[in-house]
Amino acid sequence: MEPQFLPAAIAAHAPALLVMIPLILSAPAAMITSGRAAWVMALLGVGAALVLAAEIFLATRAEGAVLSYAMGGWEPPFGIEFRIDALNAALLLLLGSTGFLALLFAGPSVADEISRQKQSLFYSAFLICFAGLAGVASTGDAFNLFVFLEISSIATYAIIAMGWSNDRQALTASFNYLVMGTIGATFFVIGAGFIYMSTGTLNMADMGRAIAEMNGNRAVEVGFAFILVGIGLKAALFPLHQWLPNAYAYAPNFVTTFLATTATKIAFYVIIRFRYDVFSIQTGFVTNAMLWVITPLAIAGMLVASTQALFQNNVRRLFAYSSVAQVGYMMLGLGMATSLGLSAGMLHLTNHAMMKGALFMALGAFALSYGIRRIADFKGLGQVMPMTSAAFTIGALSLVGVPFTVGFISKFYLIQAALDAGWWWAVAAILISSVIAVFYVYRILVAIWVTPPNEARKASPKRVPLAIAVPLAILAGANLVFGVWAEPIVDMARAAADAAIAAGVNP
Amino acid sequence: MNPYVVLRVVSKLLIPLIFLFGFYVHFHGEYSPGGGFSAGVVLGVGVILYALIFGMDAARKAVPPWWARIGMAMGAFIFAGVGFVSLFMGGNFLDYTALDPNRTYLGQHLGIVAVEFGVRMSVTAVIIAIFYAFAGRERTGDTAEG
Repeated sequence: MEPQFLPAAIAAHAPALLVMIPLILSAPAAMITSGRAAWVMALLGVGAALVLAAEIFLATRAEGAVLSYAMGGWEPPFGIEFRIDALNAALLLLLGSTGFLALLFAGPSVADEISRQKQSLFYSAFLICFAGLAGVASTGDAFNLFVFLEISSIATYAIIAMGWSNDRQALTASFNYLVMGTIGATFFVIGAGFIYMSTGTLNMADMGRAIAEMNGNRAVEVGFAFILVGIGLKAALFPLHQWLPNAYAYAPNFVTTFLATTATKIAFYVIIRFRYDVFSIQTGFVTNAMLWVITPLAIAGMLVASTQALFQNNVRRLFAYSSVAQVGYMMLGLGMATSLGLSAGMLHLTNHAMMKGALFMALGAFALSYGIRRIADFKGLGQVMPMTSAAFTIGALSLVGVPFTVGFISKFYLIQAALDAGWWWAVAAILISSVIAVFYVYRILVAIWVTPPNEARKASPKRVPLAIAVPLAILAGANLVFGVWAEPIVDMARAAADAAIAAGVNP
Repeated sequence: MNPYVVLRVVSKLLIPLIFLFGFYVHFHGEYSPGGGFSAGVVLGVGVILYALIFGMDAARKAVPPWWARIGMAMGAFIFAGVGFVSLFMGGNFLDYTALDPNRTYLGQHLGIVAVEFGVRMSVTAVIIAIFYAFAGRERTGDTAEG
């Protein structure tokens, strides 16, 4: 590849280093006992990953550019290949940047929530989780993808369970996720097995080529169904989302912020990859699956999960249900099976990371200052923590889709794509779901801004640490900036969608 | 102390052999079934047998819990470290051939033994750590990390 801004020697190995630097740093992080040193180590690892992701992103900007890295010098399709085009480069950049911002926020938040002797192990598990997600997003090998998926999942179960010092329910939430996640991973590996059986290869690009040569192989179709269900579980596709609300509600604040901005996104990417690049030629079966299974589930998720969010009193649970609804928007874009729809889905993926990042981080700041999680306790926060409340409000308005926020941009493009496909009923679903979002966001905003604070809280205003204020301001600012100046994100989403489709047609 | 003399004597005789077999499984794993993972399990089981017969305190004295924590991380570090060494020697990540400056198959041997060494270390440590965590539950309440 052409080096962009890093030295050529590093740039040539960027795909491997992006995954391996966080992974190797997790080992010393587990060996030391100081939580602060482990935090610095995690910042180093994720910071390096962010720089490498930027390098990869720039290198894949040219049309049709694909980076291929042969692990261990074994050439694909026999060895494990890391294969990065504009689609996963966008995902890696998102993972690196939101991961880094969330990690800045983790400093004060984790120090507050997790006992001192566990902090270094916590950061070690986080680094493994990050490396696993980066690996899923980079690899071009179906079995390797499963391994990275398990690496990230097992670390995720551990870091969710670390919320137990706040609320013992974190343990059951994590265990539920463990059971569901393991079923999902098993389904994925069964699906990959079916395809391996029929094609004799594990390399995804090679699989696509082999599948193109057979038409209508039933084993391959079964494999696709298994993979869709398995990854759908990870992506929290309605009705496979049951693990998500509790996991988000009881995990440490930092973990929720990180997972909400990345984990389900990566799973969504895997679905895109298999849908367009591995199975692109099996159009009949795959398109029907998208149209008759994924699209109705996406719409049901948008409506049902939004309605469920209305009845939540725990704010993080509320936004967890809202996340399920947002996954519905992305899936709807995917279900349209058009280039416009896919790029609208990718756009919403990026934008949703920005809004949920800002929202969960602001909730983390509230929890750090006053230890509150219920809507009833949010009374008058606007007066005691005005800046944090403002950032929260920006995120909330963006979630609804108010103009001049990124939420508006992604809904605009999604509706445009739906109209282009002639799906007026999908437009209706998007609008109804947005109206429901207005109601659940309204409840919280009224509590924050309109109801007066109680006297005790008025007497003790808290300052938010800089390590939270800065990333929160960046995320809230991004919601506004990219809401007005949308070109970079829209271009990125379009390039990602084009790359996904192009890789399938011409494998 | 376990009152059964036969158990004590037999396990005293067997434990060194178990360890020896563990190392055999590791170093011969390059040519025959075996390797770091199974070797690690065998070594870990040797420690568990010791703990079962002679008690947790003796086992903790022989293999302190913090060894397990360090060992888990060290193993992973060695595995990934081999990858980085091959990068610095001019190959791709985990390209064992690059470990030999002359680029012969010797590098492959070196690489696989070193990587399996890391695997064995991690697996042994994890097996012991899991055993300690469960065996030590009642007395101290929270020994997930020893």
